[in-house]
Amino acid sequence: MENNQIITIQNMAKDYPVGRGYFRALDDVNLKFKQGEFTGLVGPSGSGKTTLLNIIGSLDVPSEGKTTVLGQSIGELSHKKAAKLRNEHLGFIFQTYNLLPVYSVYENVEFPLLLLGMNADDRKKAVLDALEWVGLLDKLKSRPAQLSGGECQRVAVARAMVKKPQIVLADEPTANLDAENSHNILQTMEKMNSELKTTFIFATHDDKVKKYLHRKISLEDGRVVKDELIERTN
Amino acid sequence: MIKFLLKGVFRDHHRSFFPAITVSIGVALTVLMNCYLTGVFGDMIDINAKFQTGHVKVMTWGYADNINQLPNDYAMVGVDNILNNLHNRYPTMTFIQRIKFGGLLDVPDENGETKIQGPTMGMAVDLLSENSTELDRLNITKSVIRGELPKKPGEILISDDFAKKMEIEPGQEVTLLSSTMYGSMAIRNFVVSGTIRFGVTAMDRSAIMMDITDTQSALNMENATGEILGYFSDNVYDNLRAETMAQEFNTEFSDPNDEFSLTMSELKEQSGLSEYLDYANHFLGILIFVFIFAMSLVLWNSGLLGALRRYGEIGVRLAIGEHKGHIYRSMIVESIGIGIIGSILGTIIGLGFSYWLTKGIDISAFTQSSSMMMPSVYRAVITRNAYYIGFIPGLFATVIGTMLAGIGIYRRQTASLFKELET
Repeated sequence: MENNQIITIQNMAKDYPVGRGYFRALDDVNLKFKQGEFTGLVGPSGSGKTTLLNIIGSLDVPSEGKTTVLGQSIGELSHKKAAKLRNEHLGFIFQTYNLLPVYSVYENVEFPLLLLGMNADDRKKAVLDALEWVGLLDKLKSRPAQLSGGECQRVAVARAMVKKPQIVLADEPTANLDAENSHNILQTMEKMNSELKTTFIFATHDDKVKKYLHRKISLEDGRVVKDELIERTN
Repeated sequence: MIKFLLKGVFRDHHRSFFPAITVSIGVALTVLMNCYLTGVFGDMIDINAKFQTGHVKVMTWGYADNINQLPNDYAMVGVDNILNNLHNRYPTMTFIQRIKFGGLLDVPDENGETKIQGPTMGMAVDLLSENSTELDRLNITKSVIRGELPKKPGEILISDDFAKKMEIEPGQEVTLLSSTMYGSMAIRNFVVSGTIRFGVTAMDRSAIMMDITDTQSALNMENATGEILGYFSDNVYDNLRAETMAQEFNTEFSDPNDEFSLTMSELKEQSGLSEYLDYANHFLGILIFVFIFAMSLVLWNSGLLGALRRYGEIGVRLAIGEHKGHIYRSMIVESIGIGIIGSILGTIIGLGFSYWLTKGIDISAFTQSSSMMMPSVYRAVITRNAYYIGFIPGLFATVIGTMLAGIGIYRRQTASLFKELET
């Protein structure tokens, strides 16, 4: 991968069938992401942020153009290979956390490692490390219902990070959190980004998130209208 | 991974406890229904075999032709010889003599004058010989209500209801007025040794039971009998075997032109039981099918709802990187586990209730005006298929429900996961 580029998008478009015609959700998108970026996709509702996140996350395929993630062409992957890519290299963080309610914090974070077939000792170490990162070592046995919203999202971050993925995709990760929890979560992710060199890509409306971004890609009507590097002012 | 999934199943009562309970209830009802219906239809056949038809019955042609009139003038004579021949020809079967007759029962007052008189139906069976099989077959010993079994010639049993109606007490003397096999009048005094409940509405209304030798003596039927009933050694009616036997016997001995030639009829061909048996088999089949189908729909639906309830969880698992086939298979394995556990539990519960119902439900209050040969107590019967029939709705329906629900996993667009999971 040239110059640490882990995602390359060339002339990409995405159409969705609407009635007898098509709705173009993304049009002529050309982007490159390097390892270790902390990037936000911003724009109004319907601008194509989530669609772009879906395609990068191999949850959807482009209609035109080429999208390559970690050397794999997304449009050409089978369901099984796409699942393998997600399992091994991608982490997801959702707005509503989506933790498995019958499992403990420890088990929720452990789940992606079970899918990877990691042995028990390595698994335990990785889970404890991830929970230490998010500051939840004292909640190992708690169930999601016993946690606050901020704690749930920290578990979700730990679950996304536990396998040390190269890319984490987060769709509105702070939308359900108050200001304090939002900052805590973002600081945790920022720390992981700088220490583990994990690439974070957010889809967000939230101004609190925008303050943490190193790069901001603005979308409007499916097109990239601005792609800017941001000077951090801590 | 298996351990992880099992933890989820056991902790989530909506995935384990409730489906297993639903399956258990469905299976238990299916097993109970099957045992009870089999018992009800089996009881009707069994009671006819014991009291009226045997598994096969040997009579003369004339007797068979007029059987509703109890025509003892067409009785078989030389019964000892006939019985010996039958025993030699069918050594594994039990053959017994029966005489049925009609008459009047006269109850005298203290002066010997008629106090009450009533029509009666008499059944003569072997009550007094040492090796009689009739006491067990007709469950006579346990059916005595008042008094005791006849111990010597000249004693009879009378139905308890009939005795109350006729104001007869055990130990009292009564007079039987009937006709001999030659058509002349027969009058004989007997002592009522006890009262009995036959458990058959038609007989409980007005029947008496006498020893066969006493009856032969009273009706001038020495070494003669109206009917010889044959029973298979395992006491279970086998229609094919009975049909073959009757066909062979009739080919050799039966002559429609000779009223006194012998003829053999199998149970199914007597008393309209042919239609009844066919009806019973079809009805039982239809009932069990409808019940299994209904239970299958319930359990199928339960499988569908279970999968729908887990839509969010499945979405997260897909996003994390579990592939569709793995999720689908794990759901099917779960439903097989639930189906097996629920089916085993349900079968045990169903068999437990069925066992309890083998003692029977007394429906005599509803059959008092019936003249059919039908039991007044319906019992469940635990047959071999009761051990597995519940697995049809319990296991297959649950798994098929989950499989159909799981098709949604393959149709699910992973592209909409973010949106779905955020609602």
